[in-house]
Amino acid sequence: MTRTRRPGLPWLPMARLVGRRVLFAVPVLFCVTFGVFAIAAASPFDPVKAYAGTAGLTASQENLDQLRANLGADDPFTVRWWDWLTSAVTGDLGDSSSLRQPVAEVIAERIGWSTLLCAVAFTLAVLGGTVLGVLAARRRGGLFDRAITFVCYTLEAAPPFWLGLLAVWLFALKLDALPAGGLTDTASEVATAGQVTHHLILPAAVLAVSQLPWFVLYVRQGVGDAMDEDPVRGARARGLSERTVLFGHALRSGLLPVLTLVGSRVPELITGALLIETVFSWPGIASATVEAATSVDFPLLAALTVLATVAVLAGNLLSDLLYGLADPRVGFDG
Amino acid sequence: MTARTIRTLTAATTAGVLAVGAAACSTPDNGKSGGPRDAAVVGIAYEPDTLSPLLGYGKDGNSKIFDGLLTHDAKMRLKPALAARLPQVSGDGLTYTYTLRDGVRFSDGEPFDADDVVFTYRTILDKKTNNASKTELDAIKSVEKKGDKTVVFRLKYPYAPFAERTVLPIAPEHVASKQDVNTGSLTTKPIGTGPYVLSSWSKGEKLVFRANPTYWGGVPKVKKFTMAIIKDDDVRATRLRSGDLDGAILPPNLAATFKSDDDLRTLTARTYDYRTVTLPSDNPVAGDRAVRRALDVAVDRKAMVDGILDGAGKEAYGPVPTDSEWFTKGTERRHDLAAAQRILDEAGWKPGKGGVRAKNGKRASFTLWYLSGDKLRQDHALAYASDAKKAGIEIKVQSGTWEVIEPRMKRDAVLAGGGSPADPDFDQYTLLNSALAGDGFNNMAFYDNPDVDKALAEGRRSGDKAKRKAAYDTIQRELVDDPGYTFLTHIDHLYVLADRWQSLTTQVEPHDHGLASGPWWNVEKWRPKK
Repeated sequence: MTRTRRPGLPWLPMARLVGRRVLFAVPVLFCVTFGVFAIAAASPFDPVKAYAGTAGLTASQENLDQLRANLGADDPFTVRWWDWLTSAVTGDLGDSSSLRQPVAEVIAERIGWSTLLCAVAFTLAVLGGTVLGVLAARRRGGLFDRAITFVCYTLEAAPPFWLGLLAVWLFALKLDALPAGGLTDTASEVATAGQVTHHLILPAAVLAVSQLPWFVLYVRQGVGDAMDEDPVRGARARGLSERTVLFGHALRSGLLPVLTLVGSRVPELITGALLIETVFSWPGIASATVEAATSVDFPLLAALTVLATVAVLAGNLLSDLLYGLADPRVGFDG
Repeated sequence: MTARTIRTLTAATTAGVLAVGAAACSTPDNGKSGGPRDAAVVGIAYEPDTLSPLLGYGKDGNSKIFDGLLTHDAKMRLKPALAARLPQVSGDGLTYTYTLRDGVRFSDGEPFDADDVVFTYRTILDKKTNNASKTELDAIKSVEKKGDKTVVFRLKYPYAPFAERTVLPIAPEHVASKQDVNTGSLTTKPIGTGPYVLSSWSKGEKLVFRANPTYWGGVPKVKKFTMAIIKDDDVRATRLRSGDLDGAILPPNLAATFKSDDDLRTLTARTYDYRTVTLPSDNPVAGDRAVRRALDVAVDRKAMVDGILDGAGKEAYGPVPTDSEWFTKGTERRHDLAAAQRILDEAGWKPGKGGVRAKNGKRASFTLWYLSGDKLRQDHALAYASDAKKAGIEIKVQSGTWEVIEPRMKRDAVLAGGGSPADPDFDQYTLLNSALAGDGFNNMAFYDNPDVDKALAEGRRSGDKAKRKAAYDTIQRELVDDPGYTFLTHIDHLYVLADRWQSLTTQVEPHDHGLASGPWWNVEKWRPKK
């Protein structure tokens, strides 16, 4: 039994970094939730009208005023924010007025589906982006490189909802190959793995495609630059196979900037998911966010914003940790 | 070199091909032929916000999951449901006594009794309950039980159509009283006495119902009933064509594309669903009686029905449709541009610059709002403005959300919609009563006519049908002389569905046609074709 001696992970500096970031997150969340309440209060949408829906069009003014009082929609947003914050700290996230459910229940029902969608799409984007990026970097300025770069810049400019609608039109309406939306077939009500997979393909693919260009271009740049560096030229000079050079040498150093990208793409992934879930009626967190925003559903909106903020901060933390691990020169001082 | 290029291309295309290939393999077989006889999937455009009757779900009946004390038949006549017979009404019209049906149980096995009825009505009327429709029960002074099988409603004032309000679904007291009425689980996991139980609700996607095996009215033949929520008309039509849906509500132009399909049939529902233009009394032009009367005859309603609705509708002269028993014959207005010009001339609105009339230096011009994104209202608004222009009245058409429109309703005209078929009081009282001027979205025209107010009061108080008819005749005739609105059209609702069931019918439908309307209003009574 042979044991290779590897230096242990730098647990202590990593823990310190995590601790610092958690402390930093507190004022950030404080400000973000305050901002959300302020913006929602300034928006032209009226929570009472959103709550009443079509019934509001025949309701008496007295009825509407009573609703306004019950929903607490009259209080200034600072009061509502403070009430929300103090009860959220004790674990009570309040009740969603738009979905008529406790906020915790809404999140519990939906977060799994959102995580599934985002995880699949992100994995596809990272893997696909790496593969395509390496292939493009192999022969920079070649036909494949130019084609892929062109496609990437085009996709970067295309908004995800537009891509989504295009995909629905092509795959669901014209080719009738994939379902246009939802989690399962209309006639079926149990979410079997097969059906969910079938319904996941289109939204996940579109979300992945909308994220793909950044990874392709980063990897292409990183690997391309690494190809010109001394170690790679040295390896080539020693007659190592192209594959070893590409994946063993160039890719390893070329991937470093991609690690940063993983963190910084999380916000984009969340906004992308917001649009994709709405287009494909995917029953996730993001589609609830849209609903919460348009009906000025303060408790739900605030909870979901906190969730998104935490995801972004965690993404950044993760990429910093990975970067520190991959490149010891960087350290964990951030 | 060539080998490498090939390898590169292969690798590059793999990713793309994989996705499409995987999709093609797993495409389900969407055959249109047949489909199970005991299941139906239909596409609707609106999703309920809640499934709790306490918050307004199913208030006009046909809630599938719940029953009211009464219900409507295909001809919109009241018949008993959870009540054993129609209510006894006291001579002064102030007391309604309901005797309840025996042996009814909720889907969880608990028996239904008078406590559930009393609880339901009291909870809805409670200030803390966030029910936006509670105004409809305004007449109730008290609701009490007399023994387990009798419920007595006492009213604040005689209200002839009160029985129509008691189609409202009854919630289970033993479940609902133990939870928060506004956010409790009853809003998403309802328990009722109705023909169906909710099997699952995937918000924004679909509602699945299963037949209630112990339904007191007999177990439905359609065992599983799915309502897919599909907001986009084109997507709904495509999914109907692909066989994913058995039926759907469609706009006339899309319904027409299914005419040649032998497996599908189209049902046209008559409605009370009107489109009207509010002419606010405070606007110096739109509030002028001559302008109102001129617009009423200048507008070409027939052209709107043919052009905008593809013939699927009727000309409207008031909230009551022309084929209703409550309609006053002889109040139809002919399209007569010359008459409109004469009315304006006589009232001193003289032709002015740019073809726009003016009176005492005031131009005959006002703004008309419609709800942005509503194609139907937009078409009506533009057609109306173009008809008005011919008579020399300038109407500036603008779109906005209700948030934008509401603060302007006192001065500007709005293209509004509405319609409740159950009783003539429901629409007319809120549209025309001067006491409700500017109250929420009621009486948006700030219409104020003492004769109409008097007739409205008489119409709702009198228990005698002939007297009521006379009152509503008065109102409809007053609307000819002094119109506060220009009523344009009543819109038919079209449904296309698979020809697998016997003798499907539709009720007369309201403006707000969500889950309760359509040929599936009585899905529990559907019988498969042999």
